[in-house]
Amino acid sequence: MLIDVGSLTIMGVALGGLLGTAARFLAVEEDPLEEELKAMLPGSQCGQCGHVGCAQAAAALARGEAPVTLCPPGGKAVAEALAKKLGISADLSEHTEKAAEFAYIDEDLCIGCTRCLKECSVDAILGANKLMHTVIAEACHGCGKCALVCPTEGIVMRPLPQTIALWHWPKPDISH
Amino acid sequence: MKFYSIRGGVHPNYRKDLTSERPIVAMPLPERLFIPLQQHIGAPAEALVEAGDRVRKGQLIARSQGVVSAPKHAPTSGVIEAVSPLTAPHPSGLAQATIILVPDGKDEWASLPDPIAEPFDALPAAICERVAQAGIVGLGGAAFPSAVKLGLGRQHRLEILLINGAECEPYLTCDDRLMRERAKEIIDGARLMAHALGVPRVIVAVEANKPQAIESMTRAAEHFAEVSVIAVPVQYPTGSAHHLVLALTGRETPAAKRTADVGVVVHNVATARAVQQAIRHGRPLTHRVVTVSGGAMRAPNNIEAPIGAPVGSLVDFCGGFSTPPRRLVNGGPMMGEPLASLDVPVVKGTTGILALTAEEVGEQPASPCIRCGSCISVCPCGLSPVELAALIRRDRIDVAGKLGVMDCMACGSCAWACPSHLPLVQYFNYAKGRLNAEALAQRKIERTRTLVEAHNLRQEKAVAASQAVAAARKTSQPRLQATEVVE
Amino acid sequence: MNPPLPDKSGPFTHAPNSVQQTMLTVLLALSPATLFNAYLFGWPAILLFVVTVASCITIEAVCLVLAGRKVQAGLADGSGVLTGWLLAMSLPPWAPWWIGVLGAVFAIALAKHAFGGLGQNVFNPAMVARVALLVSFPVVMTAWVSPQPLFSAGAPGLAEAAAITFGEYSVDAVSAATALGHVKTELSRGISVTQSMPQVPGLIDMALGLRAGSFGETSAVLILLGGMYLMARRVISWHIPATVLGSLFLLGTLFHAVNPARFADGSFHMFSGASFLGAFFIATDYVTSPVSKTGQLIFGIGCGVLAWVIRTFAGYPEGMAFAVLLMNALAPIIDQYTRPRLFGRGRDGQPLPLKEDA
Repeated sequence: MLIDVGSLTIMGVALGGLLGTAARFLAVEEDPLEEELKAMLPGSQCGQCGHVGCAQAAAALARGEAPVTLCPPGGKAVAEALAKKLGISADLSEHTEKAAEFAYIDEDLCIGCTRCLKECSVDAILGANKLMHTVIAEACHGCGKCALVCPTEGIVMRPLPQTIALWHWPKPDISH
Repeated sequence: MKFYSIRGGVHPNYRKDLTSERPIVAMPLPERLFIPLQQHIGAPAEALVEAGDRVRKGQLIARSQGVVSAPKHAPTSGVIEAVSPLTAPHPSGLAQATIILVPDGKDEWASLPDPIAEPFDALPAAICERVAQAGIVGLGGAAFPSAVKLGLGRQHRLEILLINGAECEPYLTCDDRLMRERAKEIIDGARLMAHALGVPRVIVAVEANKPQAIESMTRAAEHFAEVSVIAVPVQYPTGSAHHLVLALTGRETPAAKRTADVGVVVHNVATARAVQQAIRHGRPLTHRVVTVSGGAMRAPNNIEAPIGAPVGSLVDFCGGFSTPPRRLVNGGPMMGEPLASLDVPVVKGTTGILALTAEEVGEQPASPCIRCGSCISVCPCGLSPVELAALIRRDRIDVAGKLGVMDCMACGSCAWACPSHLPLVQYFNYAKGRLNAEALAQRKIERTRTLVEAHNLRQEKAVAASQAVAAARKTSQPRLQATEVVE
Repeated sequence: MNPPLPDKSGPFTHAPNSVQQTMLTVLLALSPATLFNAYLFGWPAILLFVVTVASCITIEAVCLVLAGRKVQAGLADGSGVLTGWLLAMSLPPWAPWWIGVLGAVFAIALAKHAFGGLGQNVFNPAMVARVALLVSFPVVMTAWVSPQPLFSAGAPGLAEAAAITFGEYSVDAVSAATALGHVKTELSRGISVTQSMPQVPGLIDMALGLRAGSFGETSAVLILLGGMYLMARRVISWHIPATVLGSLFLLGTLFHAVNPARFADGSFHMFSGASFLGAFFIATDYVTSPVSKTGQLIFGIGCGVLAWVIRTFAGYPEGMAFAVLLMNALAPIIDQYTRPRLFGRGRDGQPLPLKEDA
């Protein structure tokens, strides 16, 4: 009886001590989750998620206050990556992804005010004072900030055209 | 000749007898030719003509853009009607930029570049250049610009040029007929290509089910010690370049590498003939032989069609459909793709147009997988289709990617053999498309991030610069700052 | 006219095969042994066979309805009939009707549809049923009879057979022991294998099937014939049958050489019990065996070894059903470790290295 109690006590103390030591030596300096999440987001600070910028969005994600599908420009790819990082099995099949868009400037409405230029965080808009602007479609990631500031509503968000190069077969539809 | 064994493979019903005894015939010019700017792997060509332009046969009408690209030439003389987006010969049915040419019926040649007089004395680069100018792409179906492959001798130590006349796809006989009827031209073209590549040896590989082709090719090659014609065992997909190289040389091309990395360059027989025409006669690639076949075709045939001829015009030339086809296929029945319309054109990579009856297609509703393992036994790539399909069905595409779904070459052996009639190839095509799209999206996000970083850096610098200027002004002219702010 | 819509990618040709055809081929391959044993064990066996197969079809239909699947397509694939057929073949020929019905419930409802239906079950349905019945009703499930061919003197007529299968008739009167059972029982009484062996039928009789045993398992020759037919039709490959029988034979021969008094010899193991039926028709079940050829070799050896171990050391005289079920459980993990090597890649999945001299 005494031996039983004794051995169990010794084991408890030893293992507890080991765990405590391990916790101290292997401790992570600070929660890197927020940083890692931030690195996954596009970083364009577009604000479409409702947060001021990507850092704030990452913080909200880390606290579990925001859904992984929060980032429209990131689309499904980012949502999946975030879900994986956070260990959430997000049901992305329900998540109707907003079709990828790019900004299109109506040349007749552009007055060359350059406001959109300043707003664009990826420098995708070309133009100068009093000169018509155009968007480099490859660089634009569709955050839509420029469309919001355009005084003439001359910027519209257009869906990226479907091309043969990007097309792929749909998933087979099978029911037995 | 020793053949190295290849795993997997199937023996589908070849049905080549529908057209194998039909000599290649020319067809009357259709009312309009539709010449897409993208008929090859790589960047699309850039149109050099516009509506109203008069062009002559062989004239350059679209130039290549970049290294991996191919120019387009007018297949006949006529007037350009428009350059506009039209439905592509692609299962998506999406449109692509296409030059519309209305033939004038005169078939007048433009002035062609002179033949290369002594091509075996010419620099390899000169041959490559001529092949590039002639717009030649792989005519076996892949449509990879041939000049790029002929230039591989500069980066790789090559030993063998393999001329692929296996034609393992059922129904197709365009290469068979070409080998029977134009053997000398093919062998000449092959030797010219070998010269461009700097390889000492040419092997022509033909599946053993084409004895006449083997005979005529052997006769055409008998005076050339460096050229050997070899009958390879009949098994689908022997015609796959990687597998043919393995069967003949025992060299297995590593994943994500080219056969040139193991010292072999593979070109199709029709490509060899197109090269011969470009070098010896200065003719660009404007026509190709297309097998029009299938149980629903009234009079199957091998047609030398101008590039851009609508599929419907070939079908009409073959007497139309005898019964409504269950499937209309662009290419062979194993790897071909369904056609959305009869209005789409024949392009450089079109090997066949098949109108197949329901019995030939043998479609059945899919039933549950019974794990028979046939798909694993027949896969020439060593994949486990049963496992991949189950994963993809549950949308676990990343796992399927780790198990090698991107290595699938869509040969269709698994789906052909599946007793449950599961659309395995479509599962893999879907997964490959998704993985590609994800990679693209990831690249876009990374690009966005670098652009944002550059943007932020520039802004910081601008702010720092303006602060420095402001600070400088503050010390010298403190009063002016106020007015500046007001402005 | 417009071509049909491109709603499906290729290939646009197909091997002339289907699940239904595969199942029918297996049924055809089972027929010689079934017919012979129907003759051998007479009307009671035929009645039990009919009851078992009919119950399997009925329960299959009920399960398909409950699962909301297409009933007609589900029944037409023939998998339910095959399960019923195999189950009937593994039952004592004169067992009462409720054994067949209960077995059908175990096989179809529990072992197959509870796992998700055709292709989803981990364990061989017929063997799950057989083992469940054996464990639950050990007396009924080991009441064997000696062969009493149809129309032979003393063989039950149809009316008598109905009494045996559906009535209260006790089989005890005609009970016999299987060869494996006899050897095991004698061994437990301290009588050595060498001494008990002369009382079991000779090797030729065993191979032909003139012995007591389950309804369909006795005739090794006819089962072999069916198996050969399946191999010729490429429904099964040699991998599983050869390794099951091979490992059984090797282990038997090896241990018999060491101690003939304790261990029965290899050919006895091969031709007794359900060795042939198990090797050609049970262990080769597509759904519950590994998919790759390498995996099938491992699986087959496992089945053979386990069957021998159970026969030799465990409480049951026959171990084939247990062996197959145990290996069924391992099939998924065998699959995972026996994937083929990808073209152009090493076993580790990395691209092959480029040879410098190439």
